[in-house]
This record gives sequence, structure tokens and C-alpha cells, in this order.
Amino acid sequence: MLNKNFYLILIISAVFGISFWIGFNVNLLPVEASINAPIYDELFKILFIIGLIIFIGMTIAVIYSLFKFRKRKDQYGDGIALEGNLSLEIVWTIIPSIIVLIIGLYSYNIYDRMGGMKELNHSHEMMTSNTEKIWAGISQASNNEFASNNLSVEVSAMQFAFLFNYPKGEFISGELHVPVDHKVSMKMESKDVIHAFWVPEFRIKQDIIPGQPTILNFTPTKVGKYPIICAELCGPYHGGMRASIIVEEESDYKDWFNKNTKTEVSL
Amino acid sequence: MTISIDSKDSNNSLQPKGWLRYFSFSLDHKVIGIQYLVCGFLFYLIGGTLASAIRIELASPMSDFMQRDVYNQVLTLHGTIMIFLWIVPVVNGAFGNYLIPFYVGARDMAFPRLNAVAFWLIPPSGLMLVASYFVEGAAQAGWTAYPPLSITTPQSGQLIWIMSVLLLGGSSIFGGINFIATIIKLRRPGLKLMQLPMYCWAMLGTSLLVVLSTPVLAGTLILLSFDIVAHTGFFNPVLGGNVVVYQHLFWFYSHPAVYIMVLPAFGLVSEILPVHSRKPLFGYTTMVFSIMGIVVLGLVVWAHHMFTSGTPPWMRLFFTIATAFIAVPTGIKFFNWVATLWGGKISINSAMLFSCGFIINFVFGGITGVALAQVPFDIHVHDTYFVVAHFHYIVYGGTVFIIFSSIYHWFPKVTGKLMSEKLGILHFAITFIGFNLCFAPQHWLGLNGMPRRVAEYDPQFQFVNQISSVGALLMAISTIPFLINIFLSIRNGKDSGDNPWNALTPEWLTSSPPPVENWIGEAPLVEEPYGYGKPISQEN
Repeated sequence: MLNKNFYLILIISAVFGISFWIGFNVNLLPVEASINAPIYDELFKILFIIGLIIFIGMTIAVIYSLFKFRKRKDQYGDGIALEGNLSLEIVWTIIPSIIVLIIGLYSYNIYDRMGGMKELNHSHEMMTSNTEKIWAGISQASNNEFASNNLSVEVSAMQFAFLFNYPKGEFISGELHVPVDHKVSMKMESKDVIHAFWVPEFRIKQDIIPGQPTILNFTPTKVGKYPIICAELCGPYHGGMRASIIVEEESDYKDWFNKNTKTEVSL
Repeated sequence: MTISIDSKDSNNSLQPKGWLRYFSFSLDHKVIGIQYLVCGFLFYLIGGTLASAIRIELASPMSDFMQRDVYNQVLTLHGTIMIFLWIVPVVNGAFGNYLIPFYVGARDMAFPRLNAVAFWLIPPSGLMLVASYFVEGAAQAGWTAYPPLSITTPQSGQLIWIMSVLLLGGSSIFGGINFIATIIKLRRPGLKLMQLPMYCWAMLGTSLLVVLSTPVLAGTLILLSFDIVAHTGFFNPVLGGNVVVYQHLFWFYSHPAVYIMVLPAFGLVSEILPVHSRKPLFGYTTMVFSIMGIVVLGLVVWAHHMFTSGTPPWMRLFFTIATAFIAVPTGIKFFNWVATLWGGKISINSAMLFSCGFIINFVFGGITGVALAQVPFDIHVHDTYFVVAHFHYIVYGGTVFIIFSSIYHWFPKVTGKLMSEKLGILHFAITFIGFNLCFAPQHWLGLNGMPRRVAEYDPQFQFVNQISSVGALLMAISTIPFLINIFLSIRNGKDSGDNPWNALTPEWLTSSPPPVENWIGEAPLVEEPYGYGKPISQEN
């Protein structure tokens, strides 16, 4: 009996060990390029490890049963007439309930840290009479440091392109240029069908809905060029509906901004 | 009960005999069950062909295999056919019709004529849906048909799609009413609810979901058709309509639809595992309560499909917790199934292997499901291949595996012949490997930036997409040994006897194939359908 328990403990610790090792060493996610990304990846890692423990454990249990309890050629008759075990069933009701509740509260905390539970605060200078109803989106905590430096962009989506309007510079661009480490605040509206704004490296996504503006705030942390992908089926060229977000140093961004403002280039 | 016998007797003289009865307006629940199954399987082949076309297109990053609008039609038809014409009719209509009257000890369903009507709505609406491709192009707004896209794409295809889904929904509601009435009112005297085989409970729960939620879909689609035909503005933003309201109404049906697809599979696997592992079903009472728990929770989680649309934060929190809690009753069921295997005398055959494949696949899909329920997690992967992979693990790795398992298990019941185990195990091996090869890599694709429903993608994803396409090819190939097995076994299969598995559930306590009246004489009273290891089983 002692022997049996010993093997059980050995197997369980092996399952935990393997799951933790995979969870910490296998990276399934793209580059982290916004302040949301590391928060997201923290949640992902924990869900990944818990998921692996359950999946590997269940798979081992099923395969072990198939080998250990398979009917041998010389065997007849039935297995034991075991119809249930109340305490065991209570255990595997309560433990998953606790795990699920903890995961739920933890992800609430993650969502809060991403700014999801905050009042939506699109700080848009040109919107003096804010009567229109803003629907939803991810918003970062309103931070006084950033508030003055906020970059506001109006995004309009249509079949099959994104256009980025910089109200301060009074120009429209087909590429989204943003300075690194600055909070960007976007108000998005669709001209025709539902689209979505997704930057995988930022771990953010928000549908762009006709008739209902949505907002999305983010802070890029890494200089580079990342794809903006439409993630909602929007017609035949949905797969081709992409744009780029270019995160650059503040000086580069200012050069780009001034160049566009002066010549009033509209793409 | 006398009514159903009478109606059948009066009808029998008019019914064709032999294989022709499968093409007739038969009132026999067994004939209707087989009609559902074969009809569903034919549509599965069409839906599978469309899936292969999708995977061929995605083997290269460019949109080069078919035109872009045709690609959108293909993915719309693939989803619609697989859900409304294969999985829902088969796990509910086919097995439900065949098994439920046996399980409750009746000679037919409560409303045999309604039953036949429910089936005969399916072939015309299915054919209409497929034929819409040749009119002006089929619907191309996805199976979700979100407006305004569904209002602005070519109209005839979308209207035929709405018509077809309405008829299929009607068929589903008729079936649901029939199952509830049969299980509640047609039980043999002396048979208590808590003695019913688990599939009855699963079908009771499923039918409640069907009856409560399908009418909402019907109403929604009628409003959508008004927007298209009469230019009303329910969901048309140009006329002041609200597109998010459509999503709420649509998912109020379409999330429970997931449970309409998986709960019957939970019931079927609860019948199959005890028989082949020679042990009672572990935890009967908790299984019943967990089914009902899933039914209740399943009705209040729909908004988790809309975390990136426009839902207020408090609503997101509620739907996260509610959705994640479905894992608890579902988890109980999986632990109980493994406990059913534990300590049994397990026959490793095709039915058993497909059931175990189901457990492994579904646990995987369930884990990604709990992750997807978390708002911050979902925001990144919503509408990507991660979601595609997740729901194929649920509906293919889960339900379709159980459909195959059930076919292997009940084939001797229906035909009196045994299926070839060698071909069956080959079928399982190719399906299991092909399925996991096809869908496991798609999780990575979604996490790294490939959205769903696209005909073209970033070239960096080509290699992983090709692995996925190879998996899809294996899945297509796996159908061949299955079909050979079916035809060979019907023609030359070994005689199975009445009860080849020595099972205790009531459908095996009559001849195989069963007589038209199900039993010669009185229906037996089966108080312990899972009494393996007890004296009742030893007598057998």
C-alpha cells in the first residue's frame, strides 16, 4: 500500500514538474511590445501551467486505465460494482470550483491592471461636446503624467482599409505612427461593416462598429513595426485588410508628424 | 402509449418494407433515427469536402485556390452544414429517436407524425442551402451572419440561408418537444426518472435548451430578413439599427447550441463506457445534476462571444465567472468517466477507443475554453485561429468522435451484424492523429497573429498551416476505412446475436435488429441499466 502511494506521489510530482517546466520554457506568444503584453503573458503562463497539469493528468489516467484494466484473454465477467464515491465526488466538485473562482478573480485583477475596468476616458481635444455614447473598449488608468502627453488618433475603418486621422496635425495617414512609451488614445468608428483592430504584439483587440464609436487606449513599449490586423469577417478582402503600426523614438515621431503637418499630405 | 401503437398499426400496411421504408414518411422511430443518421452523414461528407477546400486554400499564404467571395461562401456553408445538418440532427435526432423509446420502455415517440415531419424538413432545407451556391452565390457572412455584412452581401444567398436555418431550427424544436414529452410522459409503468439511462437525462436537458433558445434565433433571423427584404432598420446602422443587439440575440441561441451539440454526446459516452469497461456508471446522481447544471449555466453565458464587441465592463466580469463555472459540472462528468474506467475489465475496441479519444480531446478543448472565458485572455485571441482550434476540439474532437463511437457501439443493434474491429481501429488511429495534427498547431497560429476566416495570411505562418492541412488530409482519408467497414459489415458482417456486448440497457434486451413494436410482448422493466458486477449482470 505504501508502495502504491509512493508511485502516485511520484507521478503527480512528475506531472507538476513537466507542466511547470513547459510553462516557463515554451514561449507560444509573439514579442511583448506594449505595457499590456507582459500583464497578458503573466495570465497566459498561469493558465497554461494549470491547463497542462489537468490535461497531462487526465491523459495519463485514461491511457493508464486502458493498459492496466484491459480485459485479458482469460478474463471473464465484470469489474467491481462500484457505483460512486460521495467523498471523492465532493472533492472533485469543490477543488475545481475553487480553482475556477481563483482564476476568475485573478483574471479580473489582470483586466483591471490592463485598464479594462476603468471609466472610459478618451481625452480628445476636439470633442468639446461629448454627447455621443462611447460604447466600449480598453482604457488605461488615467495617469496625470501621461494625460498631457496623450496622443489622440481617430481611426476609421472601411472595406478594406484603416485610416488614421491625427486631429492635432490635421492630416490623415494610412500608417499609424506612434512615439514609444506614450499613451495613445484612439476613437474608432466604422464606415460600413464591423471590423476589428488587432495588434498581436500589443495583446489588444477591439471591434470597430458602425454607428457606435469604440475606444482603445494603449502604450507601446518597444520600437518597431507591427501589423494591424482586421479580425472580424468584413467581406471578400478581409484577409488583406491590414495596416502597420510604427512605434518610433519620440524625435523620429516628431519629424514624421511635422513633415506630414506642413505638407498636409493625406494618404 | 396506446395511441402511438394504434397509429403505427394503422399505418404499417401502407408503409413500404425493406430498404424503401428509409425513403418513406415512416412513423417508426427506428426508421426515422436511421434516416437522420444517413442524411446527416451525407451532409457531413459535403461539409468535409468544403473543409478540405478551405485547407487547400490555406496551404499557401496567397488567395490562389478559389475566388475570395467563393472562399467566404465555402466557410459559411461549412459551418452551417456541420452544425445544423450534421451534428445537431445526428446527436439529437438520430440517436435520440433510435434510443429514447427503448430507454423509456415505449413502442414509439410521443408524437410519431411530428417526428417524421421534423426529419423531412431537413433534406429539403439542406439541399436548398447547398443549391443557393448556384443561384447568385451562397451566403458569405459566416455562419454567424453578423449584420451589417449579412445585409450588404448578395441577398439571395443570405435569404436562402435564413430560410434554411429557420426550417432546420423548426425541425429541432419539433424534435425537442417530442423528446421532452416522450421522456416525461411515455415511461413504462414502474420506471422511475432516476433509473433512466444517462442519455435520457442528456436529451431532456438538451431538449429544454432547444425549446428555450431556438425560438430566439428564429425571431432574430426573421428580423434580419426584414432588414434585407423590407429595408427595416433593426440591425442596420444606416437606419439607426444596432448591430450589437443582433449579436446578443444570436448568441443567446448559439451558445446553448454548443451544449445542444455536446450534452447528447455526454449522454452517449455514458452509455458506451460502462458497457465496454464492465462497470457501473460512476456517480449517477452527480452526473444527472451536472447535466442540469450545464443546462442552467449554458443559458446565461452567451456574452462571452462578444468581449471585443461592445459590452460594459461589469457584464464582462459576470460572463467570465459564469462561463468558467461551466467547467465545474463538466469536470465532474469527466472525472466520473475516468472513474468508470478505473478498475474495470476494459475491452479495447473501436467504440472504446473513440470514447477515450473523446475524453482526451474534450479535456483539451475544455481547458482552452476556460482560458477563453477570461476577458483579458479572450481579447487577444478572439476571432483568431485559437478560437477555431478550440471549438473544433469541442465539436469534432468531442462530439464527432462520440458519433463514430456510437456507430461502432450500436451498429450490431441496428443491423444484427458486427463491424470489423481492425478497420475500426485503423479508422480511429488515422482520425485521432489527423485531427490533432490539424487543430493543435492552430492554437499557435491564433496566438501569433492569424485571424480566422481569411483566405490569405502572413507568409511566416505557412509551414504551420501546411502541417494543419496535412492533418486535414488524414482526416479526409480516415473516412475511407470507415465507409468500407460500414458497407462490408452490412453485406458480409459476422452475425452479432441479440446482445454482442452483454449490455444491460433496455435496447439490448430485444432482438437485433429489433421488431417494429420494439419488444415482443411487454417492455422489460430495467431498474439498473448499469448493474455491471452485480447479480443482475451475472445472470446475463
